[in-house]
Amino acid sequence: MEQLLAFDIAHMLAGGMVVLSLLLLYQDRITATLNVFAMQAVVLSLAVAWQAYVQGAMHLLVTAGVAFVVKGVVIPAALHRIVRRLNIHREIEQVIGGGPTMLTGLGLIALSILLVMPVGGNVSMLAREDLAFALAVILLGLLMMITRRNAVTQIVGFMSLENGLVLAATGAKGMPLVVEFSVAFSILIAFTVFGIFVFRIRERFDTVDVGALDRFRGERMNVP
Amino acid sequence: MALTYDLIAQGVQVGVVLAVAPLVLGVTRKVRARLLRRVGPPLLQAYSDLWKLMHKEAVLAYNASWLYRAVPYVAFAATWVAAALVPTYATGLIFSWAADLIAIVALLGTARFALALAGMDVGTAFGGIGSSREMLIASLAEPAMLLVAFTVALVAGTTQLSDVAAHMISSPVGLRVSLGLGLFAFVMIAVAENARIPIDNPTTHLELTMVHEAMVLEYSGRHLAMIEFASALKLTLYFSLLICMFVPFGLASAGAPLPALALGMAVYVAKLFVLAALLPIAETAVAKMRVFRYPVFLGGAFAAAALAVFLLFVSQRF
Amino acid sequence: MPVGFSLWVVPSLWCIAGFFAVAGVAVLAGRYRFATPLVYGAAFLVSLVALASALLALTGGEPTALRLPLGLPWVGAHFRLDALSAFFLVVINLGGAAASLYGLGYGPHESAPLRVLPFYPAFLAGMNLVVLADDAFTFLVAWEFMSLVSWALVMAHHLVPANTRAGYTYLVMASFGTLCLLFSFGVMAGSSGEYAFAAMRATPPEWGMALVAFAAALIGAGSKAGLVPLHVWLPLAHPAAPSHVSALLSGVMTKVGVYAFVRIAFDLLGQPTPWSGLVVLGIGGVTAVLGILYALMQHDLKRLLAYSTVENIGVVFVGLGLALAFQSNGLNAAAALALTAALLHVFNHSLFKSLLFFGAGAVLSATGERHMDRLGGLIHRLPVTAVVFLAGCCAISALPPLNGFVSEWLTFQAILVSPQLPQLTLKLMVPVVGALLALSAAFAAACFVKAYGITFLGRPRTPAAETATEVDRFSLTAMIVLALLCLAAGVFPSVLIDLLGPVVTGLVGTRVPGQAAMPWLSIVPIAQSRSSYNGMIILLFLASSGTLTALVIHRVATRATRRSAIWDCGFPLASPATQYTGSSFAMPIRRVFGATLFHVREQVDMPRPGEMRAGHFRVKVFDPAWRFAYGPLVRAVGVTATRLNRLQFLTIRRYLTLVFCALVILLLVVATWR
Repeated sequence: MEQLLAFDIAHMLAGGMVVLSLLLLYQDRITATLNVFAMQAVVLSLAVAWQAYVQGAMHLLVTAGVAFVVKGVVIPAALHRIVRRLNIHREIEQVIGGGPTMLTGLGLIALSILLVMPVGGNVSMLAREDLAFALAVILLGLLMMITRRNAVTQIVGFMSLENGLVLAATGAKGMPLVVEFSVAFSILIAFTVFGIFVFRIRERFDTVDVGALDRFRGERMNVP
Repeated sequence: MALTYDLIAQGVQVGVVLAVAPLVLGVTRKVRARLLRRVGPPLLQAYSDLWKLMHKEAVLAYNASWLYRAVPYVAFAATWVAAALVPTYATGLIFSWAADLIAIVALLGTARFALALAGMDVGTAFGGIGSSREMLIASLAEPAMLLVAFTVALVAGTTQLSDVAAHMISSPVGLRVSLGLGLFAFVMIAVAENARIPIDNPTTHLELTMVHEAMVLEYSGRHLAMIEFASALKLTLYFSLLICMFVPFGLASAGAPLPALALGMAVYVAKLFVLAALLPIAETAVAKMRVFRYPVFLGGAFAAAALAVFLLFVSQRF
Repeated sequence: MPVGFSLWVVPSLWCIAGFFAVAGVAVLAGRYRFATPLVYGAAFLVSLVALASALLALTGGEPTALRLPLGLPWVGAHFRLDALSAFFLVVINLGGAAASLYGLGYGPHESAPLRVLPFYPAFLAGMNLVVLADDAFTFLVAWEFMSLVSWALVMAHHLVPANTRAGYTYLVMASFGTLCLLFSFGVMAGSSGEYAFAAMRATPPEWGMALVAFAAALIGAGSKAGLVPLHVWLPLAHPAAPSHVSALLSGVMTKVGVYAFVRIAFDLLGQPTPWSGLVVLGIGGVTAVLGILYALMQHDLKRLLAYSTVENIGVVFVGLGLALAFQSNGLNAAAALALTAALLHVFNHSLFKSLLFFGAGAVLSATGERHMDRLGGLIHRLPVTAVVFLAGCCAISALPPLNGFVSEWLTFQAILVSPQLPQLTLKLMVPVVGALLALSAAFAAACFVKAYGITFLGRPRTPAAETATEVDRFSLTAMIVLALLCLAAGVFPSVLIDLLGPVVTGLVGTRVPGQAAMPWLSIVPIAQSRSSYNGMIILLFLASSGTLTALVIHRVATRATRRSAIWDCGFPLASPATQYTGSSFAMPIRRVFGATLFHVREQVDMPRPGEMRAGHFRVKVFDPAWRFAYGPLVRAVGVTATRLNRLQFLTIRRYLTLVFCALVILLLVVATWR
């Protein structure tokens, strides 16, 4: 019974992350996207904390704390500030429409379930499930990055992809703390770079639509 | 003797949904009005409205056919039968096996089909626009509804509503994201099917945005009363479905002694009122959508329901 | 060669001979006026006899076989009547009887009876023969005969340019289908070259060969049945024929395609693989949605019905795919349920599709119009047709308590047991297909609200619709009988399910539980605690609560009624052109689902204020099958043909070189094959 409850809660939290990833795809307003992203980070930290409790691995609690503070609070707050300063509270334009994106997202979830679930061996049910959900979150993050044109939402897509990585890492027992720290750190650096990048784009081209960059690629110079 | 008892138990359910439906509508209207800082109509206003409409003479267009006159009764009967077959206060009533979840949804489809035809009968632009949009909403909602049914059937192992409720009460279902997602999708479908905000506005008239009201625009008198009554019944039916599938605690079983049945009834009515109060709270928080945003809304319901099914396959505990 | 005691196969063969005799009479007497009633009357009687013998065979017959010294001299023609053949004989001859009865009234309108009369009974004979054939040779001859005769019927009105194109497309597709079937049988016969079905059944091919044979059979039978993307001939050819023939083509001949698939996939090929089930499921789901979506965009009543046939074939193939998937995993009870659902839908569809085509024919003969946007208000002019057509619309839209719902419900029940399947791919696939099926059911309702609402309701849009008069008694009788059968099949489905018992047992080894023993005539596909449905109770409840309410209101409140002008929010416009049309009704669904799928283009030409010309609105819809499959194919064939044209102008030495090279390559193939 205890085992079942542990499984149920882990299932709920990891499943919640997939749901939030899909919800992230569904959002078409920038502030809502940021809020959903923050929520996903909070759920991630809960999932990691629960794993820490179940596996008895206290170092995971540190990971959970880092995830909560950095991705649940700091990065969303910073992004909110960027959005306010850039004055882009408008709708997000998408490369392909909402309906096909959702269907693709569902297909990707099905694909990751199909890929991971049949893996046999002595992998525990919980780890397998975590891995499937993590893969789904990663793929959805990638999908978000390629369907959005706005630099800020692309950052969000990247960050949510990284959430999937953390989920996968905690599911696999015995991931050293150093690795997790370095991942978290590199994410922070990446975020800083992205932030500066966004402001630079904005300065140069007066928009954060990354499509605008295309026109300035070297190899197209000779095309009239 | 046992048969009479069973028949009475079923008869009570048939009567209760009919009796309580206008009151449920009254509660939603009242709460909505209070949220908008209006006084709102009295709780029992819906009954008086129906009474008044029934006693008025019905005005028909010159070219209205027999179909136009028959449809209100057909729609009402189909909705009533469907509502009477959803377990409300007790499981295992005598006719509960006559239709399962899918058949009940299909019965509502019959009512919708009839109303959509009636919208086309007189040959006006309003009727046509209403019918065509109603069918659009139905075709967006139907796949999501099937997936919700699939989710419930996977968890409970049956689509027989009485057994679904019994299963959900008796066995530990646990914390399921899937059920949560299913509930979420179901609420979205219910909102769309009952022509509530953000899909449709039940209080609108003389506006191009209306769907359900445009379809029944030409109706008057007793025919209109039947249609209004049918939509009140439909709202109650969706509430009962929600109660039966997702929060069935407190349901009595058919053979239970009288006090248990009475308790089941009290719990059911209380839950109905809670839902009837929650609906307008959600409604006032959002704005009505453009018609071509419907696919996004109901696509969300579909995605949630599909995800519910997928996650159930992952947890593999059925 | 076991030649059993041929009890039931003989009457069926005599009936076929009877059909041929009627065809002969039609050839001889076709010029006289009495020929039309004579031919249809005789065909009606022969169909009834055939129907009765098939029913008897279905209820109480052992499989019986017979060998006649026809065809190839050393092989002969094998015929066999088992439960599956008997069931399809019932479908064919019920449809044939109804169409003949209808033809008694509809036939005299025919402008050139000699182009229809001889072929009509021959067509019925051909379909009967296909189902009875028990060796590949007889089967293919009968199949091709059926195709050619039906082609002649499609070309009955050959002066209409569109019909010539329809006939050409049909001929190409039919030949292609036969070719695929020929290939499939060839693979199954293998090196032993035994063309009798009994021999094929005894030695099913290895899995690789089985896969090839299965794919060829799916394409061959699917092209006759109308699976996407092989459906393109169907909406062209079915409407072109006279309406009672359209009913046979759409309601019955597509079922012969289903028969061919069932015979090969379930009977001759032995144990299926899960992947075959997956493929059939996927194709079925896509066929269902695309077919009905395309039907929604049609303005021609008969074309709309033809596209809706594509949808229903999709529903049938979803059931068949499920059955294959279940059977491949040894879940025979579930396979029996899915197969029962598919076959029941075959029967139901033959009923309501015939009914609807008869209705379209009645509209056509009453008004001379097939285009919905020139009709309207026919409920006042054709009161009986309006009622039966409505029954057909309700049945095909899967509304309880009519019969379309029962088979659709059973299919959903089969879908709901799919979690038993071990393969994760199938598990994830089946709910998706279920959602597609639900989508197609909702579209079907929208489509038939449109068909009925535009044609029969509203105000008449043309003088022809305004002055129409009710059709003759024979047509009405045929339609009323079919409508009553639709109702009966919806209210007492347990009888039909029990009749299907032996058919299903013969194919998957078990059957759904006997329904006769269930209380109150309800149907219980698996177990009482899982799901059940009772059409009779639903109908009783609906009827009683509806009448009761009406009575109470009329008695207690008021029944006062006043006629008045249309209200329409205070701005009624007198012109019937202000009503919703077919394309405006379909607009929301077209916008949401059709823009990318069908490449829908809408052109609005709105005159500026002050200009006196008329405004125009044009919608262009492209069938994706033509755009992505056939268009490129046709172009490729054209290009290749031009290239190959050079071969016509070679020297003799070069021709000899070509022949020599071909010979060497063939010898190489033979050498490597071993």
